[in-house]
Amino acid sequence: MYKILEKEILNDAVQKMVIEAPFVARKCEPGQFIILRVAENGERIPLTIMDYDREKKSVSIVYQVLGYTTQLLAEKEVGDTLLDFVGPLGKAAPIKNHKRVLGIGGGVGSAPLYPQLKKLASMGTEVDVILGGRDKDLVILKDEFNDICKNVYYATNDGSLGHQGFVTDVLKQLLDQGQEYDEVIAIGPLIMMKAVVDITKPLNIPTGVSLNPVMIDGTGMCGGCRVTVGGETKFACVDGPDFDGLLVDFDQAMDRQAHFVEEEKHACRLDGAKNG
Amino acid sequence: MHVDWMVRKMANMKMTKIPMAEQDPLVRNKNFLEVALGYTLEEAIDEANRCIECKHQPCKKGCPVNIKIPEFIKEVKEGNIKTAYDIITEDNGLPAICGRVCPQESQCESVCVRGIKGEPVGIGRLERFVADWVMANEKQEPPHIEPNGKKVAIVGSGPASLSCASDLSRLGFEVVIFEALHELGGVLMYGIPEFRLPKDLVKREIDLVLDLGVHVEKNVVIGKSLDIDDLFDDGYDAVFIGSGAGLPKFLNIPGENLNGVYSSNEFLTRVNLMKAYDFPNNHTPVKMGDSAIIVGGGNVAMDAARTAQRLGAKEVHVVYRRGMEELPARKEEVHHAIEEGIIFDLLNNPLEIIGEDAKVTGMKVIQMELGEPDASGRRRPVEIPGSEKVIDADTVIIAIGQTPNPLLTDATPNLELNKWNCLQVNEETMETTVPNVYAGGDAVTGAATVILAMGAGKKAAKAIYNKLILEKK
Repeated sequence: MYKILEKEILNDAVQKMVIEAPFVARKCEPGQFIILRVAENGERIPLTIMDYDREKKSVSIVYQVLGYTTQLLAEKEVGDTLLDFVGPLGKAAPIKNHKRVLGIGGGVGSAPLYPQLKKLASMGTEVDVILGGRDKDLVILKDEFNDICKNVYYATNDGSLGHQGFVTDVLKQLLDQGQEYDEVIAIGPLIMMKAVVDITKPLNIPTGVSLNPVMIDGTGMCGGCRVTVGGETKFACVDGPDFDGLLVDFDQAMDRQAHFVEEEKHACRLDGAKNG
Repeated sequence: MHVDWMVRKMANMKMTKIPMAEQDPLVRNKNFLEVALGYTLEEAIDEANRCIECKHQPCKKGCPVNIKIPEFIKEVKEGNIKTAYDIITEDNGLPAICGRVCPQESQCESVCVRGIKGEPVGIGRLERFVADWVMANEKQEPPHIEPNGKKVAIVGSGPASLSCASDLSRLGFEVVIFEALHELGGVLMYGIPEFRLPKDLVKREIDLVLDLGVHVEKNVVIGKSLDIDDLFDDGYDAVFIGSGAGLPKFLNIPGENLNGVYSSNEFLTRVNLMKAYDFPNNHTPVKMGDSAIIVGGGNVAMDAARTAQRLGAKEVHVVYRRGMEELPARKEEVHHAIEEGIIFDLLNNPLEIIGEDAKVTGMKVIQMELGEPDASGRRRPVEIPGSEKVIDADTVIIAIGQTPNPLLTDATPNLELNKWNCLQVNEETMETTVPNVYAGGDAVTGAATVILAMGAGKKAAKAIYNKLILEKK
């Protein structure tokens, strides 16, 4: 059993938990993920590690309360335990010794972006970040990014924080201004990562992305997380989750992401009826 | 409990095995309950009496772990079921499992003297009966074990690991099993379906191993959470790798990433381990649709086909590029599948998976004919030009085999692999190319049987004992 050491409500939809998980905290690196199961009969869901503390043997996760399992997770409080928590899974993000990197975090995707930028900053890389969300409440981890980034830009759909519009508008502006980055790391909804790559690819700016497809075991066994990268099938769980964004087939990834949407709604509705 | 009231001294000279009750095919293909129902005590004694106690006992040599088959059958004849159980478990710690999933027809039963004229003794059925009877009727006390002061880490908890853990524990080792998933049992839990191997029974047989004092760390992935070196740093004296063959093979044909295409691993794991057949009470879904195509002809393909039908698919096709004779699955599984209404599209090779709006709608196949025998001795299938056709389906399941997972070996570069990406071992000791690191089961052989994996686990346990205890004396 894995104890919840801290819980923080980041906004209406997004929460953070610090979980005691010695076997994960011992060796995990930025970019890697965990799979958890809240309780018996539960689904296994993957979440990218947001932060870790080797001494306290703890790992931080950030999740958006969206489906059935994240609802169950959100009901848990400090002192409660999670049934299963396995990791670290996947490869560590390929963090290179760059001079200047731009991070782009969309919604809850800012969480897995944070440890990568934190590591880059600690290596002396100059890091800027664009954080986006539907409104200002959905832009998360502002203070954390402010501590490690030189410039923090915001984009919200309603204009309640920073630029009104998309993170890609800000990206375009920065590039139009002549800002130069050795790499862009974009983590967020697939549609956002695709839009970022649509801009960076013609300019040939290396762009890392992190994928979070449906998977079961997270060790290469099920192959449910198949993704086409550079024309080849890869397993996000063992070959990723970070990939060269310029090579990812985002359209296929979006199709595959939608495969179980009806079932997800079904499970949520049933639970609503049960509670209601 | 002694049952001498039923004991019959006379040999039973019937040419056929005492039949074992089964669920009706058209009932069972809609549920996940066990297909075969097992013998009653009376039937078991009757079947045991078919053993003529021949002198040269070929069955024993036919068993990969050399169970003392004639001895245990003799006890069944006498009604001494617990004694029979104790004889079996001297060599095999998982008899309820092996009695169900061992390919007896190509092992012990294939060499039974009674099989020369008529059917061999139903050794598997008797093993299963003995194990089930003892589980239901006897409380088993773990033996007293004297610790020997040495500690062994076991990677994975499938059949190879369980038998290795069981033997090591009995020899006095402190044993810790590291399992990546949230349940123990490996392929016994995620791979083989409930209707062939009930999971409660697997759990109970695993519990008997744990009762010996074996510790378990679930949710730890060796190669990720910890490396082999970390285990030695943490004070383990030896490591046994029984990580299986968990990596699914795909066909590498167009359309394989369409929605509705599963590896057999994904499909069966969703259903068996995550219990998707009971969605939404269990929260992991599986999408089935009305029709499914399973590609492949092995036991896993049969499991996937029969599972698809139980999930409500009205039409289930097995597509295999060779003929009925060449199907690698056990005859009994093929027979059950046919009884249950699975359609066999044999001598058909998949060319392309076809879809619409990112979803599978069917598969294009081409008719094959058998040509000259190839290197494996099987006649090689050759395409018949112009014979392409499309089979409609909502779901396609690829069941063409698994290879060992490279996760652990990638993290441990000095573990050498053979050309099939399996771990290289000394066949006498099961020691890998890294000293004090042993391996067995599918990780070494590629996908094979439960009993071969168990045999390898036992061999490694013995070698570990020889090296760490006997040679140090």
